[in-house]
Amino acid sequence: MAGSGPTDTRPLSPHVQIWKWHWTMAGSIFHRISGVGLYGGAFLIGAWLIALASGPEAYALVESIAFSLPGQILLFLWSMAVLYHFANGLRHLIWDGPMVGFSPKVASLWSMFNFAFAIIGAAVIWSLASFF
Amino acid sequence: MATSAKNVRGLGSAGTGTQHHIRQRVTAIALAFLVPWFVYSIIVACKAGYAGALDWVAQPVNAILLILTLSAALYHMRLGMQTVIEDYIAKTGTKQTLLILSTFAVIALFAATILSVLKIWITAGA
Repeated sequence: MAGSGPTDTRPLSPHVQIWKWHWTMAGSIFHRISGVGLYGGAFLIGAWLIALASGPEAYALVESIAFSLPGQILLFLWSMAVLYHFANGLRHLIWDGPMVGFSPKVASLWSMFNFAFAIIGAAVIWSLASFF
Repeated sequence: MATSAKNVRGLGSAGTGTQHHIRQRVTAIALAFLVPWFVYSIIVACKAGYAGALDWVAQPVNAILLILTLSAALYHMRLGMQTVIEDYIAKTGTKQTLLILSTFAVIALFAATILSVLKIWITAGA
């Protein structure tokens, strides 16, 4: 918020299209994408909670949307975003705290692990949720 | 050794990054504990239907953890969106408008969701 003129002259972050795709780069940009997705998702979770407080009619409406096919797809993507942002967020905390995991090999493997964690974790959660 | 103020003003650090960074990390640490509880709980609550979900929110422990989760998550996501906006929007007017809109939206969501939790908890406890 330091810009005093009409346009801030400080450089912008590199946009996603100029990067060469590799695991750690993908790991970083998907942290941001999942974060923006969860920002939107929080408003939908909020709608569920507000509907619950509003009464059975409002709740039935939200429930019908959530259990529809687009709703289920959105919820599955939401759960993947939560798991990815959670796993990669822990990595950020480990980077900042114990400061380990920076070597290229470890960093790449860790990125792959986080993607796998999100996809497999979401599949496991949804399987468990539909069985019990 | 005089520095021309007009040449450097607005080009350096805003001087508030450290606080932002620390708050982002502290809310992240809180969420590292709260989110696993939240994901498990909301699935159980959703599967229990309207009455079951009401009963879930009405439990004091759940209501408290829900308020903590909402507080930490909404603070965390407001900070995160601030960074995204500042990274990609160069025009000061557009940037500041989006920052203010994001802050208003998150605070509105905070007020509405916290009131919902309190309403369910108070109604059930009557």
